[in-house]
Amino acid sequence: MRTILFLLQKEFLQIFRSRAMLRIILIVPVVQLLLLSYAANYEIKNIAIDVIDQDLSPWSRQLVNKLTASGYFRLHRQTFNTKDAWNDIATDRADLILVIPPHFERDLVKDDEAQLQLLVNAINGSKAGIAYGYAASIIRDFNQQVRLSWLALDKRNGPPVIPITYSNWYNERLDYKVFMVPGILVVLVTMIGAFLSGMNIVKEKEIGTIEQLNVTPIRKYQFILGKLIPFWVVAIFELAFGLLIGTLVFRLPIVGNIALVFLFAAVYLWVMLGMGLLISTFTDTQQQAMFIAWFFVIIFMLMSGLFTPVESMPHWAQVITWFNPIAYFVKVIRMVMLKGSGWEHIRTYLYIMLAFALVMNSIAILNYRKRA
Amino acid sequence: MRQFFVFVRKEFYHIFRDRRTLLILFGMPVVQIILFGFAITNEIKGARIAVLDQSRDYYSTRLTGRLTASGYFAVDQYLQNNHELEAAFRAGQIKMAIVIPGNFGENFFHHRSAPVQLLADAGDPNTATTLLNYATAIIGNYQQELNDQMKLPLRINATVTMLYNPAQKSVFMFVPGVMTLILLLVSAMMTSITITREKELGTMEILLVSPLPPFMIIFGKVMPYILLAFINALVILAMGTGIFGMPVKGSLVLLLAECVLFVLTALSLGILISTVTSTQQTAMMASMMGLMMPTVLLSGFIFPVESMPRPLALLTNIMPAKWFIIILKDIMLKGAGLKDVWLPTLVLAGMTLFFLGISIRNFKIRLS
Repeated sequence: MRTILFLLQKEFLQIFRSRAMLRIILIVPVVQLLLLSYAANYEIKNIAIDVIDQDLSPWSRQLVNKLTASGYFRLHRQTFNTKDAWNDIATDRADLILVIPPHFERDLVKDDEAQLQLLVNAINGSKAGIAYGYAASIIRDFNQQVRLSWLALDKRNGPPVIPITYSNWYNERLDYKVFMVPGILVVLVTMIGAFLSGMNIVKEKEIGTIEQLNVTPIRKYQFILGKLIPFWVVAIFELAFGLLIGTLVFRLPIVGNIALVFLFAAVYLWVMLGMGLLISTFTDTQQQAMFIAWFFVIIFMLMSGLFTPVESMPHWAQVITWFNPIAYFVKVIRMVMLKGSGWEHIRTYLYIMLAFALVMNSIAILNYRKRA
Repeated sequence: MRQFFVFVRKEFYHIFRDRRTLLILFGMPVVQIILFGFAITNEIKGARIAVLDQSRDYYSTRLTGRLTASGYFAVDQYLQNNHELEAAFRAGQIKMAIVIPGNFGENFFHHRSAPVQLLADAGDPNTATTLLNYATAIIGNYQQELNDQMKLPLRINATVTMLYNPAQKSVFMFVPGVMTLILLLVSAMMTSITITREKELGTMEILLVSPLPPFMIIFGKVMPYILLAFINALVILAMGTGIFGMPVKGSLVLLLAECVLFVLTALSLGILISTVTSTQQTAMMASMMGLMMPTVLLSGFIFPVESMPRPLALLTNIMPAKWFIIILKDIMLKGAGLKDVWLPTLVLAGMTLFFLGISIRNFKIRLS
């Protein structure tokens, strides 16, 4: 026991004496949280629209007004010149072109039917879908309005409708920061857990100091614990620190029991530390260790549901996420903090995490040789 | 000059003898682009929903059927009463719930209004907005269809054309981003680590006392990586077009030239990182924290720059990745020529020179 304490003391001294490490531990999370939480925003408004109104009738003007007044669209240019509008799309200055053909109003009254054309820049497919969705629903409303006013009907004898009311639960203002901040906390904790621990051991190998440790009476488990515990402590500290900033700066709601988050993080970190340890056992240089760790972490991270929903992935990719520890942590931290999910909801995930931690660490320890 | 080539040869030996790193360098981008190309998408498919249908008549059942038939939604559970809603959301399985009050059909045809309520789990605002949009559109169509039984007057038909990406595949959005991310990280991290490694192992001193000027040392160290990164870029491009069907509408030569330029930018960034850090560990953390997260979040790769608050939108301009993504999309998807992408090209070239300039100023030829 005393041996471990000494080892811990050595490791902590090493961490605290390295200026760069301290900077990474203290400043980077603040900067990341502040900068990135504002950046991760999928909200789509101010869609730039070009209108080619070849009719210029009262109704066509009404429609254009209705579109721009909706708050989703910003009129970029009204023109008769199709080429200008196409050019705007090609240069990304406009996202959508609405073409109102000549005799729009006349056709509508005479033929009971009129055409409109929407051209959407669809390079960003989902944005295009949303833009079109907004435009289509505004046009539908406008259609109903025109119909009622032209036929002098009121709501009771007009055509029947299905009015839809929405509510956005757990995040009424659709605040993206509330969604992103917990996820970014997970990333911070993961980086410390997976990278620093593994690299630390490989560093001893690379510099050659591991041989000195190998000839001491330190036992295998003592050495490993001595290497892992400091980063576990640092990572837990990071989580607390990040949560503090999150609540102070972003007014991050914490609906559920925060102890559950820490409990989960405590177990989760052993998985990540175990992964770092495992990587360190079959690499010789920090470069190798880092690339391997990076390879897995970036896969885990981008496929964790942090940025894009897991549900959108093809089925085989969703199966891969069953083995992705980050996915579980992202899911749990959001469930607890935003929805107030309790022990009975996260229990299963915690058991899975425990199993991961056990497997990962056992393989790593079996693989670790106290030999040069 | 001969000395320089000998030095470059030494670097190549370093790289080729380290089989494991070499394998990682070339294997990694391949695996990643396949995984991410398929898995990173925000297209909604089969989002799980709960249905609280209090009428259970012919018309309400058909409404639910419409939602699931679209492929966007899959019914996860049918609820019996309002109290179950909260629990269903909390268990974390469903993304949206639809509440259809009693007498739906009767209300629609006799009272001319049959309200429906949509509840979305806005814990994930992106998905929530998209789901609500889709559901609204589907219900709108259903309403139209029910009305069609009595031929409406004054119909406005809007036809829509999706330009550049008719199928609205999110691949076109994400593949250029993935290509950029992998290229940037591999190049920047490789160089920063290889240079700091010499520092950490102490071999930098030996190089410094050699007759090679410091500038040549740096250049020689980076040389092999220019080649490797360019090969990587080729592999990534080939996969983007071959597997994900990214078109190359513009000139291939221009595209390759831009790739070389971006590789140079990334490498010079790596050199810069290596001059300000002294150990591999900090160099790596700096590359990770300083490059990876900002590149993912601030380059317009996943999150649109237009939605960011103004100061951040300005900040995105200093991300090399942002400019390269613009170049890639313009050349590949829109068929742009040099006269369309001169600005981003110039920015990347300027950044490269800037990074190199700072690194040369920072590069210490003396020991501490």
